[in-house]
Amino acid sequence: MANETKMDRILFGDNQFFGVNHMSEEKARQQLMRFKDNAAIIEVLDIAYDAGVKTFMCTTHDRMAGVCEHMRKDPTRYKDFVFYPCMPYAHKYANSVTEVGPLETIKRFSAGSVVGTLLRGAMGAITKDIYDLMKLLVDGEMKAFKGLSTPVIFVQNVVTDLLLGMGLHGVFPEFHKYVRERYGAEAGFITMNMPALLDVLEKQGIENPIVCSNINKIDFRMCGGLELYEKTIRERRFRPVAMSVFASGAIPPEEALEYVCGQRRIESIVFGASSKRNIEQTRDLIRKIDARHAGAATR
Amino acid sequence: MTVRVGIVGAGKMGISHYAIVNAHPNAQVSAVCDTSGYVLSVLEKYTGVATYGSFEKMIDQGKLDAILVATPTSTHFPCAKYALERGLHLFVEKPLTLSPAESRTLSDLARKQKRVNQVGFHNRFIGTFQEARRLARGGALGRVTNIHGSAFGQVVVKDQSSGWRSKKSEGGGCLHDYACHVVDLMNFIAGAPASVRGARMQSIFSKDVEDAVYAIFSYADGRTGVLETNWSDETYRKMSTTITLYGTNGKLIADRQELKLYLRPECAFETYVEGWNTRYITDLQKPVAYYLRGEEYSSQIDAFVRAIESGDLEHENSFASSAETDRVLEQIAQASRSGS
Repeated sequence: MANETKMDRILFGDNQFFGVNHMSEEKARQQLMRFKDNAAIIEVLDIAYDAGVKTFMCTTHDRMAGVCEHMRKDPTRYKDFVFYPCMPYAHKYANSVTEVGPLETIKRFSAGSVVGTLLRGAMGAITKDIYDLMKLLVDGEMKAFKGLSTPVIFVQNVVTDLLLGMGLHGVFPEFHKYVRERYGAEAGFITMNMPALLDVLEKQGIENPIVCSNINKIDFRMCGGLELYEKTIRERRFRPVAMSVFASGAIPPEEALEYVCGQRRIESIVFGASSKRNIEQTRDLIRKIDARHAGAATR
Repeated sequence: MTVRVGIVGAGKMGISHYAIVNAHPNAQVSAVCDTSGYVLSVLEKYTGVATYGSFEKMIDQGKLDAILVATPTSTHFPCAKYALERGLHLFVEKPLTLSPAESRTLSDLARKQKRVNQVGFHNRFIGTFQEARRLARGGALGRVTNIHGSAFGQVVVKDQSSGWRSKKSEGGGCLHDYACHVVDLMNFIAGAPASVRGARMQSIFSKDVEDAVYAIFSYADGRTGVLETNWSDETYRKMSTTITLYGTNGKLIADRQELKLYLRPECAFETYVEGWNTRYITDLQKPVAYYLRGEEYSSQIDAFVRAIESGDLEHENSFASSAETDRVLEQIAQASRSGS
């Protein structure tokens, strides 16, 4: 496709900033303490950026507003900085639905967006059309990124997989279309059920979709199983993005990256790290393995 | 065979179960019941599922094999009883009821009707806790002398009084909504205590319910248990549950992510060596066919569907085991009231 967005080979993730660690609660708590101020997050983003890892794949967490504001204030420094927002930050919606119910939640999070303001009067009608509702919520989530580069916008796995399971498949093409029209962005879908999602996206007419899923050699959270994942990546037409490649540290870095980089159709690899050493080591390993494969391919 | 399931209550848990049931190759959601007309109209319009405003009508007309109940706890008993009397299999969110007597009535009825009866204590499907139980019961720790269960999280971190979870009469509060998980998990790993020796239930921010529960348990064989739960601790991103077991041969600490086992000199067990051993969930958790929020949520639904298919009533998380958990919860409340 001519207008396809080129994605960087290496994307920087955000789990380390928000206390998400799939292996150790203690480690997660230490990370939460270390990154309690936005300045600590920005410091690490700067290290990544200066190391050539310029795309930040981040949850639309409340704290991103402060990070975005910092980038906006210094457009010269951050001229090549790219965000891939991943929405929604589900906790805030889940907590709000439990607290005040679905309708109040919609009002709460769409308030302030242009469309929301215009259509507040027609809230009753609009909320019964979930495609219009999706647009209101996307606008609410995108407010923080105004003026910044967001060429790919992802749906978080908890929402992708909820829609997948419930059979609300019509939301996927509507989202795909809306982010292209409104934000000039390509849609991406994060999932823990990659082969099953791909079946649905194809049926819904989304060609060559960007799909981000766990891809690691120990079969951690890869529903459908390792073999089916490998076959799907090899044979089907989509743009795979690999996350959880180290399975939260269960696989040594070199072994983990050999496995992922060895599957040549994987376009991008997301990883999170908190130190200069780890960021540069991961970058160098990916480049080294890629160079070896490229060399082998041309020989 | 496709198991036709009706969902009662389309809140956070009900919707999550909806997706998991529907994604199961041998089950489908055929009907949904809720009190919110808005939620029902959206579900009907976009999924085509049959919707009902009352569970009686759904059970009578829905041509269902099973129902899944995810409503406030105070409503579980009438709904579960109605469904069992009409021969449906049942999955009920935790805790089963607010009264051990009612829970036992449901358990007896399910046995009489020969229907699968499962409760949503999903921790029993987490690999680290399953391994903790296996090790404790297999003798890795020698004689277990003490069990400590704790849970912390940020459910109520400011004054608030809306929603059923803040109302005692509907089953809100840290005891029935939070500590129940830990009590059930302690029962799963170490067996149920014989009595509750003392307890305190403490309000921190809530008006009508407690936000923290502390208790000491006595077991028939002389073991002691300690329960400590607080859902007003905002230093935890989400609910963090930990079980620690002390035994004559060592000590075991298990949470959602990892299992740490310390074995004393000359007490190596199977592949576990003397000193510290650590195993992670990445190694201990069995894979699932569809993942939404954690393998345990999918595994428990898979177990439910399999039990229906096989007719096996000796499955995990039966009403009988949950009635034991409800008995301990009631004893905690009594001990707290009496100031013992």
